[in-house]
Amino acid sequence: MIKTIWFFMIVIGIIYGALTGNLNEINNIIIKEASEGVTFAIGLMGIMSFWIGMMNIAEKSGLIESISKVFRPIMKILFPDIPKGHVAERWILMNFIANMLGLGNGATAFGLKAMKELDTLNPNKKQASNSMAMFLIINMSALQLVSMTIIKIRYDYGASNPSGIVGITILATLLSTVVAIIIGKILEGEEKC
Amino acid sequence: MLSIISIGIIPFMVFIILTHGYVKGVDIYSAFIEGAKEGMKTTFRIIPYLIAIFVAVGIFRGSNAMDMLIDLLSPLTNLIGIPSELLPLIILRPVSGSGALGIVKDLIEHYGVDSFPAIVGCVMIGSSETIFYTITLYFGSIGVEDYRHTLKAALLAYIVSVFIILFVVGLFYNVNIQIW
Repeated sequence: MIKTIWFFMIVIGIIYGALTGNLNEINNIIIKEASEGVTFAIGLMGIMSFWIGMMNIAEKSGLIESISKVFRPIMKILFPDIPKGHVAERWILMNFIANMLGLGNGATAFGLKAMKELDTLNPNKKQASNSMAMFLIINMSALQLVSMTIIKIRYDYGASNPSGIVGITILATLLSTVVAIIIGKILEGEEKC
Repeated sequence: MLSIISIGIIPFMVFIILTHGYVKGVDIYSAFIEGAKEGMKTTFRIIPYLIAIFVAVGIFRGSNAMDMLIDLLSPLTNLIGIPSELLPLIILRPVSGSGALGIVKDLIEHYGVDSFPAIVGCVMIGSSETIFYTITLYFGSIGVEDYRHTLKAALLAYIVSVFIILFVVGLFYNVNIQIW
């Protein structure tokens, strides 16, 4: 599916650009965005290394293990394929918590670590496992509780109560995450492998 | 209050992790270095996937093909109750985070900060993700190419969440509860 979407985004973009005489703009975009991919990764490198370093300490000291014990029952329902106490579970949990707190790149760092651990449990290396799919579906339904960026924008534009949308956002986030989990579980059953 | 939490959260976490590690007798310095090295390697591995997605999104937006798509879709989405002023945001949100934020600023400038479209926009930023970026990045980092049902489920959940947001914001907006 991503192959098709990727293909059509580029091909339709080029055809449309050619028809509207916008080809020069596309040249610039290719050069700009390709290097943007590298710059972005380099920008990410420092903070990502920092958080994985930090979490490696928390892993060795047993801190993560104590946190994940609390959430084990929920994790068991969401990810039945992960053996009890496997490290993948801890990184998934860290990713969820970091996402809720709005840690952004820190959350990404834990998420990529979680994927790596899930990969060790996956028999087919080229294909996503149920746990990977469920993890990403929940992750992509957004978990962040409070977006400071939005509150800041509302403040800058003179909203009477800039943080007034927090409650409604949390409600929407909660509902959409529940929906995502249900959809994920349904589709998972349809595509047995 | 909120800003104190958001400023304090990272230093607080670092403080807890280091202190806990130190007390438990972990070799915190080498543990940090070991983890950080792994972080470097992971970041290198995701570069090709980032380039692939950035270029595709860039071309699709920059060629105005996306605006064409929005024009094509708007009669259809009007029919199912999606306000046409919100369609660009709904299309762009799963594709580009910064782009979506730009649209929300436009909505605020055009309709007012406490207007219905602006509130919906703000809630949408908070309760949805840049799906395409996340999925290519996460699967790319471990070389998985067959995503199975992941993208379909995420997009479906996103569409449902758009309606949830419209409904929830509409509910609060219509009964005129002034929480914003």
